[in-house]
Amino acid sequence: MRHFFAALCASILAAPAFAATPVDGALGFQPAATRIAERIHFFHDDYVMWIITAITIFVSLLLVWVMVRYNRKANPVSRKFSHNSLIEVIWTVVPALILVAIAGLSFPNLYYQDVVPNLEKIQTESAALLADGKSAEYERYTKNYFPDAAAKGFVNVKAQGNQWNWTYSYPDIVDADGFALEFVSNGIHKGTAADPADSDVRPRNLAVDYPMVIPAGRYVRYYTAAADVIHSWTVPAFGVKTDAVPGRLNEGWFLVDEPGVYYGQCSELCGVDHAYMPIEVRVVPQDQFDAWAQLMLAGDYDAAAASVRTMAALEPSTQLAANH
Amino acid sequence: MPMDEIALDHHDDAHDHKPGFFRRWFLSTNHKDIGTLYLIFSLFAGIVGYTLSGLIRWELAEPGIGPMLWIVEHFQGVQGDAAITHAKHFYNTVITYHGLIMIFFMVMPALIGGFGNWMVPLMIGAPDMAFPRMNNISFWLTVAGFVLACISMTVPGNSAGNGFGGGWVLYPPLSSTTGHPGPAMDLLILSLHTAGIASILGAINFIVTILNMRAPGMTMHKMPLFAWGVLVTAVLLLLSLPVLAGALTMLLTDRNFGSQFFNPAGGGDPVMFQHLFWFFGHPEVYIMILPAFGIVSHIVSTFSKKPIFGYLGMAYAMVSIGVIGFVVWAHHMYTVGMNVDLKAYFIAATMVIAVPTGIKIFSWIATMWGGSIDFKVPMLWAIGFIFLFTVGGVTGVVLANAGIDHALHDTYYVVAHFHYVLSLGAVFGLFAGWYYWFEKMFGIKYNGMIGGLHFWLMFVGSNVLFFPQHFLGLQGMPRRYIDYADGFHTWHLVSSFGYAITLAATLVFFIGLAEAMIRRRKGVANPWGEGATTLEWTLPSPPPFHQYNELPHVTNKGGH
Repeated sequence: MRHFFAALCASILAAPAFAATPVDGALGFQPAATRIAERIHFFHDDYVMWIITAITIFVSLLLVWVMVRYNRKANPVSRKFSHNSLIEVIWTVVPALILVAIAGLSFPNLYYQDVVPNLEKIQTESAALLADGKSAEYERYTKNYFPDAAAKGFVNVKAQGNQWNWTYSYPDIVDADGFALEFVSNGIHKGTAADPADSDVRPRNLAVDYPMVIPAGRYVRYYTAAADVIHSWTVPAFGVKTDAVPGRLNEGWFLVDEPGVYYGQCSELCGVDHAYMPIEVRVVPQDQFDAWAQLMLAGDYDAAAASVRTMAALEPSTQLAANH
Repeated sequence: MPMDEIALDHHDDAHDHKPGFFRRWFLSTNHKDIGTLYLIFSLFAGIVGYTLSGLIRWELAEPGIGPMLWIVEHFQGVQGDAAITHAKHFYNTVITYHGLIMIFFMVMPALIGGFGNWMVPLMIGAPDMAFPRMNNISFWLTVAGFVLACISMTVPGNSAGNGFGGGWVLYPPLSSTTGHPGPAMDLLILSLHTAGIASILGAINFIVTILNMRAPGMTMHKMPLFAWGVLVTAVLLLLSLPVLAGALTMLLTDRNFGSQFFNPAGGGDPVMFQHLFWFFGHPEVYIMILPAFGIVSHIVSTFSKKPIFGYLGMAYAMVSIGVIGFVVWAHHMYTVGMNVDLKAYFIAATMVIAVPTGIKIFSWIATMWGGSIDFKVPMLWAIGFIFLFTVGGVTGVVLANAGIDHALHDTYYVVAHFHYVLSLGAVFGLFAGWYYWFEKMFGIKYNGMIGGLHFWLMFVGSNVLFFPQHFLGLQGMPRRYIDYADGFHTWHLVSSFGYAITLAATLVFFIGLAEAMIRRRKGVANPWGEGATTLEWTLPSPPPFHQYNELPHVTNKGGH
């Protein structure tokens, strides 16, 4: 309890701290690292949240009003009406309109995040806008679609859930024999006395031994699969979550501009160590990514992990502050 | 019974011909006795389920693995690293059985079996349920199901210990031999089959009773809203439970007889189980809340001393909630890898339910509007219900949007949402009904001060318990975690503190119950006055062992 009020005050008064880990006492989403998450946060924080808060306050005020105005003392004799067609039509139609207004933003958001973008189409459409001199529309278009990244194609990565770790494979990164880069990522905490104590550097229950590494500013197409039971791959800061189901290959996409370290946790109950198979994604510049990939292919996992861990000494807020 | 005997028997229930203790309580065919049995049973199951939730909040008050380890070391005798593994599994079993027991053996038996059995025949002017012996089977099968679930907790689940630790949704392959090869899951399947048969038989009983045994003059459109709520609930049970039974049977044969329904290696699909489960599971949430809707309607009307506003709208809002409730199931599965157009459909269908729900909320407020409101204990619970259900309802609208649900699915935001509509919605409705009909059912008065204290402690406690879980979910705290990242500590601690307040509330509830049983203040037929217009208030409290030997005639529209 002693942290509680301090944390509450800090989270209300301060601007939301930009961090890739959960923040104690925080009230809302983790800061967005992708356009997908930005759109989710806008849709939730700046739209639906206002609507539902207004509805809740409205209902509460009505309740308070009837309790004050129509209690036994204030109104000793009750009236007997039980119908009013006009008001009944209003409280059917108005909520329906509110729902239509919510759906109006919900569907574009859903299709944006759920459909893996067609990169060629992004290139041709953006080029067409520029060629027609429609710079304002180009600005709007490039908020959601990224022609430069589209030109570089997808980075493909598969996350396979196992009891209880993740296997990441990069089908496009192959060694001399044609084998794709594939490695297992284990959480370093298991809830035992042997857990490392340096949780300021390697956050407890979030850090892994060999993280998934992604180049910054690239379209990432990820696939999820499972070896045994259902798992779910998610990174809250990216706004993505996809179940890893045995017998299926699910897909999704994201694009992270800002290098940094982002954490997630398995989000479908998968047995004993469900809470101990975290997801760590390190987003690094392309050249650092290429160097990491070569080290991984050479089998030097520890050197590879060290090559992307240089950021770990930084505070999470400074790692990502440049993004705002 | 000939007419002249009725006159003798009717003036005092003490002259009723009641069977002996064993015949009365173990071979009972009397709807009121069976209702009482259901209430006692769900009180007991509720204590078990509530204790399990206490273990959850105890464990989550601090990061790391604490109380679960202690329990495993002291009660299961496991030590060292194996104890940690067992503790993790034990936590998973605790959340699983908490959910299953609260749903199947607390809320459903109390609202449908308890109040439904007690009040539906009284309210519609029927002497008893249509099939009194089937009613008895329903109750005892529910008990058998509960016993099977309890045994399931004590037999091996997998190598990490006893019980099934895969969540109440029972998703394979975690619930197949891959995840839980032990007999715990098989016993759990049998438990739910048994409880399911009990519910189907009960549902048939209610449907037949309500359609055929209403008193002369009580048309469907004059029927009390609680009877409407139970009727819609019974239809939902009748249509959805067989689908669960099918899924469970397929799981059982997958586990034991080599079928491959949910095994991708054999051409099966684990997601098919989820579709079947939620085709039952979504109507199930309305099964739990519709009777509470009915109870709240009567209480609001009684204590405002006004007829229900928009009676027909209220009845058909429940019907439409029931109908739409069958076509929204996959909003529980937005992340399984569904086609995007399918998700768009389920968004639209799900949000439509907000309209009839809004009609109900506004109609309750309109019923109070212009009334002369008496803030007796049941009314406190009913008003609390309306507010809390609104909060739980609007977060449901948030979650209906697949775009947002991708971020919030399987986080504590979902936990907060469904506890607002169930733990605070259905349970507040349950307590509202308890305090509304207590005097009617048992013929004694409770202490209003204690009832009021119970309400306020529960209202504050459950809000402190569940509201911070919205924050946890938005920050990304996943469900069903024994241990969490340090950044989630504060709100978990607050949430556990809220549980402690509800614990005090629960103690007050039992003190109130004991006080009423010790003092035995004699109840009156209608303690609520002019607002209480339904038929049960025309009978003495408690009602005679057999009522309505001469059927009441309903002439005016006062029935609701």
